[in-house]
Amino acid sequence: MNLFLQQVINGLNVGSIYALIAIGYTMVYGIIKLINFAHGEIMMFGAYFAFIAATSFQMPVWAVLLLSMTIMAIIGVAIEFVAYRPLRNAPRLSALITAIGVSLFLQNLALIIFKPEPKVMPKIFPEMIIKIGSIEISSTTLITIGLSLVFMVLLDLYIRKTKQGRAMRAVSEDKDAAILMGVNVNRTISLTFALGSALGALGGVLYSVAYIQVYPTMGVMPGLKAFIAAVLGGIGIVPGAMLGGFIIGMVETLTKAYLSTTWADAIVFGILIIVLLFKPTGILGKNTREKV
Amino acid sequence: MKKRVVSVLLVGMLVASIFTFAGCSSTGSSNDVIKLGFIGPTTGDAAIYGSSAEAGAMLAAEEINAAGGIDGKDVEIIAYDTKADQTEAVNAYNRLRDQDGVIAVIGGTLSGETLAMKDIMVSDNMPVLSPTATAVEVTQDAPNIFRACFLDDYQGAAAANFSADTLGAKTAALLVGAGNPYSEGVSKAFETAFVAKGGSIVGTESYGTTDKDFSAQLTKIKEMNPAVVFVPDYVQTVGPILQKAKEMGITAKFVGADGWDGVQVEYADAAQGNYFTNHYAADSPSQTVQDFITAYTTKYDKVPNSFAALGYDAVYTMVSAIKTAGSTEAESIITALAATEHAGVTGNLKFNENGDPKDKEVTIIKIDGGELKYEATVVN
Repeated sequence: MNLFLQQVINGLNVGSIYALIAIGYTMVYGIIKLINFAHGEIMMFGAYFAFIAATSFQMPVWAVLLLSMTIMAIIGVAIEFVAYRPLRNAPRLSALITAIGVSLFLQNLALIIFKPEPKVMPKIFPEMIIKIGSIEISSTTLITIGLSLVFMVLLDLYIRKTKQGRAMRAVSEDKDAAILMGVNVNRTISLTFALGSALGALGGVLYSVAYIQVYPTMGVMPGLKAFIAAVLGGIGIVPGAMLGGFIIGMVETLTKAYLSTTWADAIVFGILIIVLLFKPTGILGKNTREKV
Repeated sequence: MKKRVVSVLLVGMLVASIFTFAGCSSTGSSNDVIKLGFIGPTTGDAAIYGSSAEAGAMLAAEEINAAGGIDGKDVEIIAYDTKADQTEAVNAYNRLRDQDGVIAVIGGTLSGETLAMKDIMVSDNMPVLSPTATAVEVTQDAPNIFRACFLDDYQGAAAANFSADTLGAKTAALLVGAGNPYSEGVSKAFETAFVAKGGSIVGTESYGTTDKDFSAQLTKIKEMNPAVVFVPDYVQTVGPILQKAKEMGITAKFVGADGWDGVQVEYADAAQGNYFTNHYAADSPSQTVQDFITAYTTKYDKVPNSFAALGYDAVYTMVSAIKTAGSTEAESIITALAATEHAGVTGNLKFNENGDPKDKEVTIIKIDGGELKYEATVVN
């Protein structure tokens, strides 16, 4: 039983990171119906900026997180402005291919700037082992889960309670109607990219602290799994992305623990296929009838 | 117009003929130097391995020449880069044989490139001594191919013997990279030898090549509570594993293989107090080792790794065989090489019937305070 609880905590740890990254996918999809494949690279660059802030400038933890999230929010907005905005009215496939291009561009840019050898992320969180009953949790794990939950709750409140949040929901529901109601669509889309990218950067920092390495291709696998999480929860639905992230993290960890490590990825990707076959709208998605 | 084309052609032929003859003259007159080839990756992802081995080989040649060469003839090493690419390796070998006319080859550095060249090398009957190719097949059915490094299963067994005898471990867990022949091969040998010593393997966990999250596996290992955890993999994977294990408070000793070399640089804290098998120890009291390190550091301004030491030993061993043979003819060099015994930096090198090292010492290294410390020498 103890062992099981310990594995559940491992699952929550990686799941909370997937959830943070999945939110970025889902927010962008919700608002401009684009699967932003460059999101994994946003996460990677976020980790690199945190690495530089923590090693070269010896910044405190809060500054590391703030800096990385702010820079990535700006870069996220810039990517949207340069790569996606000109394609706003183009077929969706063009935008999707552009997203893949941006992803490859950023990955190779990182390869040139930072070189392929993994950098070791310093321990920016205080390190200790906390005992609850008979299970032991490392402080890094607790902080990772805690920070993700706090930011997810904040985001949820922001979307539901503020005027900008309402604008986001309006654009997501019907862009043209939102324009008629006086919502500044461009600004709302930029804001969405900023928030999604900031959370992606946070995910990247937490991921690199948990697994201690930063390297140019680090965003690929977590990015793919977070994408599956977003689809599983219902792409375009923010609470769905969070739920999906935790489920994917849990499935992955428990498969490794009780079935087979080599099957873990196959099962996670299998989930994507099953969801797409049987409930393409995801767990929290409602089946909406196509309007003719 | 037609005249012009003809004259251009004539000039072209003339220029080409100059190069052809120039090429001939350089291969023909090489009686005052003995040419050895070196093959290994010095650029690309695996550059660290090839360039280290090459640096070691160059140093050896320099020392040999300073001491009078081979019967007064200088040794010249001609090195070609393979970029860790098998086609490049075959091209490099062909160039060494045809254009440079080498009498023996030190290389390849990696198993893959060496296997790619193997068939041509065997049919040429070229004397070959690979410093660092560990794949079993490299020397099989190849009477002219030898190697200076011990094999993966040999060091796996040495790690098991060390764990059982010196660390007194009765239980061990294995953490293996699934689909990584190096990791799988070494752990299999560890398991066999550890069980033969009366120990028991309490569990085997594995991870995929792209995995970065090892918490599920380590949680299980912690529950098994083994005395030793054997993790044979390369630094980039071992580092995060050791870090996670430390975070989780696992108290078992971690033991690894030569892929750990370099773990002290960035993962000193996490690797503290753990052990791995290696080809040589930089702080070994042996005079040969210390002389080598002094010479290497003076020449290159950095501490040599195992690849450099093996490249260095390979050249000395090959030269000693050529001296014994007293000729530059392939068959006599091969016969001499098979009977050579050389006390080098990486231990006493002599060959078994396959051309693999026989009873070679395996050095056990302990990571202590961010440095690699000599711990013990094991001979299986």
